[in-house]
Amino acid sequence: MGHLVVFAGQIFNGISVASILLLTALGLALSFGLMNVINMAHGEMLMVGGYITYLTCRFVHGPGAFLLALGFSFVGSALLGAVLEVTVIRWLYGRPLDTLLATWGVSLILQQGARSLFGAIGVDVVAPPWLSGSVAIGRGPLAGLTLPSVRIFIIVLTIVVFALLLLFIARSRAGLFLRAVHQDREMAQALGVNTRWVDLLVFAAGTGVAGLAGTALALIAPVTPTVGQSYVVYAFLVVIVGGLGSLLGTALAALLVGLFSAGVQMFTSVSLADVLLLVLVVVFIQFRPRGIVFRRSRVMKEA
Amino acid sequence: MLSLKNVSAAYGKSRVLETINLSVAPGESVSLLGRNGVGKTTLLRTIVGHHPVASGSIAFLGEDVTRQPAYRRVRRGIGYVPQGRGIFPHLTVDENLRLGAAASRKLKRNGTIPSYIFELFPVLRQVGQRKGGVLSGGEQQQLAIARALVSQPRLLILDEPTEGIQPSIVQQIEESLREIRTRLKVAILLVEQYLDFAWSIADRFYVMRRGQIALEGNPRESDPSSVHHLLSV
Repeated sequence: MGHLVVFAGQIFNGISVASILLLTALGLALSFGLMNVINMAHGEMLMVGGYITYLTCRFVHGPGAFLLALGFSFVGSALLGAVLEVTVIRWLYGRPLDTLLATWGVSLILQQGARSLFGAIGVDVVAPPWLSGSVAIGRGPLAGLTLPSVRIFIIVLTIVVFALLLLFIARSRAGLFLRAVHQDREMAQALGVNTRWVDLLVFAAGTGVAGLAGTALALIAPVTPTVGQSYVVYAFLVVIVGGLGSLLGTALAALLVGLFSAGVQMFTSVSLADVLLLVLVVVFIQFRPRGIVFRRSRVMKEA
Repeated sequence: MLSLKNVSAAYGKSRVLETINLSVAPGESVSLLGRNGVGKTTLLRTIVGHHPVASGSIAFLGEDVTRQPAYRRVRRGIGYVPQGRGIFPHLTVDENLRLGAAASRKLKRNGTIPSYIFELFPVLRQVGQRKGGVLSGGEQQQLAIARALVSQPRLLILDEPTEGIQPSIVQQIEESLREIRTRLKVAILLVEQYLDFAWSIADRFYVMRRGQIALEGNPRESDPSSVHHLLSV
């Protein structure tokens, strides 16, 4: 019975890690799928979201401070993403390697900026009282299992954000434009769709969601200047395994990667779990080079 | 209304359009003829803004649009039906039509499709929820024309609308183009291989050869046989 509880706890942890991975990967999947842009500074959006959360919780008090922080980090990271798109990425469309280098440079600048402002040592965000407890299961086969409220919150947050994003893409006018640009950029433009604006909007939305991931992460780990780096690598794996431009595939892949890591870590060390994960991904890509879900897109075909 | 002055364009270093002069007046129907590979499609793409102009200028409704991005130009009143139809395969017919309204300020918010669209193309009424990619070639072509008309453009540009479509549908498409012309009073710039059709719908025609306008004329005053030597292989 004890084994079952440990196992269930690990699955729960895996899902909560998958949640943060998904929030991080969504923006990458969107901007890669739509614009063929690999944004190396994406992890830093997560970091920025974390620091915004830290600042908000430091200067604002009361039960609503944390919710306010969520809003601030979304808006703050989205604005930063918009600035990045307008000043750097827009000028490098069609030059993926240059984009890679330029955004990597931006990521280094942002990391050093954070180090200069907040120091190299991480800052802690104290979870608000309504999130500091945990839910204990008292009966049934899983008796004795305790689920920390913060992790439940992160999972719920991710589900809500993911659902809102899908709804936005499926129902809104901007979402229709996004799907059109994704399928045939040139034709969308010939119908009067301002593709520059769509690119900007999608990129900013993606970085904004990464900011939310930063807020979520701040609840369970200290915010450091390099916190984004450690997550963005896994987020890239998730995007590749999930299939380019498919958000459903991204979600499935995030779940797989999160559960796999958490599962393997039960039996071995964290570093060995990473090695095994990479091996698994490499093998997977051999058999499905286009990921779990793949839909043909002209944007990708031309690339 | 549309006027090209000495427009040249190139793919890399090879020139594909040489000092093209072409104009379309309001409500006028103009056919652009020529063999394969003489630059007709490139010329249309240059007008819409998909291909850059190397030299010369393009004016539409009195404004120089030579350096404007495509979405700006079409918002001024151009409907474009490209070669291959350009239907979004994973979007429904309704969504394809609603995208046509992207160019229009009037239709911006509610996104209802004007009823004349379905009067012109009744077949689209029944397939609204199907994906564009599963339609037949003829249905796709009608959808592409309908989509270009949703924004009520002043100029409709069509690139071989009858290419690869079964003859019975070709006739329908020809009928609707004639009706569009008389009823909506929209100017038409048509690239077409079917000489009979191109001849009968046009107020004026241009014939292209090797990236240049080789001949310009009025179909009422000349005989189709007068251009045969420029078209036959």
